Order: sequence, then C-alpha cells, then structure tokens
Amino acid sequence: MKGIRELLAEHPVFADLPEGDLDLIAGCGVNVHFDEGEQIFEEGGPADTFYVIRHGRVALDVHAPGRGSLVVATLRDGDVVGWSWLFPPYRWSLGARATAETSAIALDGACLRGKCDDDTALGYRLMQRFARIAQERLLQTRLQLLDVYGNPVGDGHVG
Amino acid sequence: MSVELQHAPVGGPPMVPSRHRVVAVTRELADTVTFELEPIDRALDPPEPGQFNMVYAFGQGEVPISVSGDPARGDTVVHTVRSVGATTQALCALGPGEVVGLRGPYGRGWDVERARGRDVVVIGGGIGFAPLRPIIYRILEDRQAYGRVNVLVGARSPETLLYRAELEEWRSRSDLSVEVTVDRAGPDWRGDVGVVTALITRATIDPAGTVAFLCGPEIMMRFAANTLTGRGVSPGDIEVSLERNMKCAVAQCGHCQLGPIFVCREGPVGTWERLQPLLAVRGL
Ligand SMILES: Cc1cc2nc3c(=O)[nH]c(=O)nc-3n(C[C@H](O)[C@H](O)[C@H](O)COP(=O)(O)OP(=O)(O)OC[C@H]3O[C@@H](n4cnc5c(N)ncnc54)[C@H](O)[C@@H]3O)c2cc1C
Repeated sequence: MKGIRELLAEHPVFADLPEGDLDLIAGCGVNVHFDEGEQIFEEGGPADTFYVIRHGRVALDVHAPGRGSLVVATLRDGDVVGWSWLFPPYRWSLGARATAETSAIALDGACLRGKCDDDTALGYRLMQRFARIAQERLLQTRLQLLDVYGNPVGDGHVG
Repeated sequence: MSVELQHAPVGGPPMVPSRHRVVAVTRELADTVTFELEPIDRALDPPEPGQFNMVYAFGQGEVPISVSGDPARGDTVVHTVRSVGATTQALCALGPGEVVGLRGPYGRGWDVERARGRDVVVIGGGIGFAPLRPIIYRILEDRQAYGRVNVLVGARSPETLLYRAELEEWRSRSDLSVEVTVDRAGPDWRGDVGVVTALITRATIDPAGTVAFLCGPEIMMRFAANTLTGRGVSPGDIEVSLERNMKCAVAQCGHCQLGPIFVCREGPVGTWERLQPLLAVRGL
C-alpha cells in the first residue's frame, strides 16, 4: 500500500512541491475513509484538520433554519476540503458531508501550521496553493450568485 | 458543413410562415414546454442541429426558437420554449391541435461532421441545452464514428434541469459520460453542486483531439470556453451559439448585428476563435 508521502506526491495540489516539503507535510497526515452520508465536520466546529480527497465526493453545506442543510458546493477527487485551519479562530465556516464513499488524507492543521512557522518557505508555497484554491472557489461562488441560468439581463440570450 | 462566419449564403425559404399544428406538448419545467409540430400545408426543409425557426404565435408575435428534436425524424419539428415575455408565454400556453406559423430553418448550425473521429464535449446551461440536444441524437445514430463523448450540463437548481429523464437514460449508457451540476440544491439532491466549469476541469478529455459545443448564457459560455482553452482545447475547436434578438432572420433588419456579422445568417453558431473578440467588445 502506498504511504502518505507517495499519495501526496500524486495529488494535484501537492504534486510539484519540493521533496522536502512533501516529507514535512506527510508527517502531519493520515489516511481516512468516510461512508456515504457521513458527516466529516460541522459548521462552527473546531477546524483542526483538513482533507485532500483521493476518491469520492464531499458536499459543503450551510444550515439554514427551517430549510435544513443547503449544499453550496460539491468536491471530488483531487480537491482540498477546508482552509479554516489556516486562520484564527480556526472554526469551520461550512459543514462537510461525504455524499459517496470517500477516501482522503486528513492533515493535522496545528501540526502543519507549526511547520510553516518554522519553515517560512514551505509556508509560502503552501499559502500560494491555498490562496489559489480560495480564489477559484470565490470566482465560482460569484458565478453561482449571478443566477445566470435564470435571469439573463440585457439582450435575449438563452438558447 | 462549414461554420466559417464570412460570406455565408442567405438560406431558408421566403418570409411567409407555414402553418403547423401542435401534435404533442410536454411540460418540461414550470416555465418551459416542448412542442412537436406537424406541417399543415408546407413542410420546412429538414433542419441541421443548431439551426432555428421563426415561430409565430398568431396575433401575438414571432420569435426565433432553436430546433431541439432529433434531426433524423423529419416528419415533425420539435421546439423547446421558455416563457419570458408575451410571445413565448403565448407559445407555452398552446395545447394539442392549436396552430402556429413556422419559417426556417435559418442560420448556421453546429458542425457535428468535423467532430467525427474525435472526442466531443457538449456543454449546456439552462434552456441553452435545448439547441444542443440534436447534436447528441446525431452522435448516437452513428456512435462509433466519434471518440469519447462528454455531456456536461449546468442548471440553477434540480427543479430547473431540462430533459431530466432523458439525461438519466443517457447517463446509464456506457458510451456517454453525462455530468450534471446545479448552482443550489437541497439535501435530496445527490449530484454535484457548483458551476459547470468545475465539470470541465474534471472531465477526461484529450484536448488536442476534442471538439466542444457550448450553449447557454453568454457569461457561462465565456467561462466555459476559457476553462476549455486553459486545458489546451484550441479556440477554433470550440463552437458556441451566439443568440441575439432577431426579427427578420434573413440579414435584412439588422437587429441581431454584432459588429461585422449578422447573427441570424452567419450564426448563431460560430467558433470561439472568431466570436471571442466580438464578445470582448463591451456594448456590442
Ligand atoms: C437563434 C436563437 C435561438 C433561440 N432558441 C430558443 C429556444 O430554443 N428556446 C427558447 O425558449 N428561447 C430561444 N431563444 C430566445 C427567444 O427567442 C426569446 O426568449 C424570445 O424572443 C422572447 O420573446 P418574447 O416576446 O416572449 O419576450 P419579449 O417581450 O421580447 O421579452 C420579454 C422580457 O424577457 C426578456 N427576454 C427577452 N429574451 C429573453 C431571453 N432569451 N431570455 C431571458 N429573457 C429574455 C426581455 O429583456 C424582456 O424583459 C432563441 C433566440 C435566438 C436568437
């Protein structure tokens, strides 16, 4: 069976990191598995771990009183789940639930934060990756908010 | 068929509508209906995937509507209409036996021919999936002539997903990959949530051997085309359907003019290579 380091080296987010970085990050990781329907973390809960999905599907949700949990995004193989571990107060801003059998690497956020403080070059490279993920998700969220399928504005344009 | 946008001939029959009777009505969504129409006096020429007809709701008005049915079924014409204003509302209220006027087919459609021997990605958003459906029928008639076929569909919510039962049927086939994503969903939705571009990022494609067909809101097509080119698909291999308000459909009135082109005649389909510079001009 492959070790955490090898698995990280195959993951799109970590693949091109220097060997030394991969060793350091792998030291904070363990393999985990979630059954379909299993809650991975709850909105507002302590964000001390994040996940890189190897196989499966994870839904990010927000609890809306009277409306149940609303799914705002789904993540799949090769995606990273969670960045709240990076910033105080280290609390999840969304919930996460596996919507299919999911295998992932769980990384200990506190462990990794400590390593980033000790090795700022590692911290910088990791931060670049997370900033990029955050930027992509922000753009996607903005597109979702535009409600483009429902109400095109201006010149008629539907198909 | 060529999709080169310059020097296209004016096509289609004269301006006189041909009466057609509604023979079947399927309510797709709360605001969207699919009709099957059969000619009363004169049948139209068979449409190519991506072409449109001018559909006249008598006494109300005439609007361009893409053909959404199987091009091989030449006996009837199928249109899917979303009610957004007076004319489309009148069309969506029609029942079997009622009569509309049709003229067409008009415009340049999808160049499905050039996808032979290559991988195909079909990307639709909202009602924009309607004009893409004939491509899928055409491919399925001769499935072995094409490589991998990815159908990627985006909708606002599961309730606004067009042709849901048919998508399920296609999803169960081993020779099509069908992925659907919605912008928002309740806990019952088991599929993806997110923008359609995320599906493109995940799709298994060979960029150099891929032809992509896109239709949906302009903003969606822009982001989808950028994601495809980011993956290495050539802008000349991405076809988009550009739809502007049009009145005459025969390049006379100028309503649909986009810079140097008349969308009704040189479009609605064109390559991203050709159309992107025009779409980048604000206010055009
Ligand atoms: C080539 C082409 C193919 C088309 N194919 C289809 C198709 O297959 N199915 C389909 O349902 N529609 C299609 N359309 C769009 C359709 O032509 C318009 O929805 C229709 O012209 C609106 O006419 P109306 O009289 O009902 O509304 P109008 O009275 O013209 O408009 C009423 C309101 O709706 C808005 N509006 C106008 N057009 C649209 C639109 N497209 N989307 C959202 N809001 C709009 C207007 O800004 C206005 O506020 C196509 C358009 C083109 C150019």
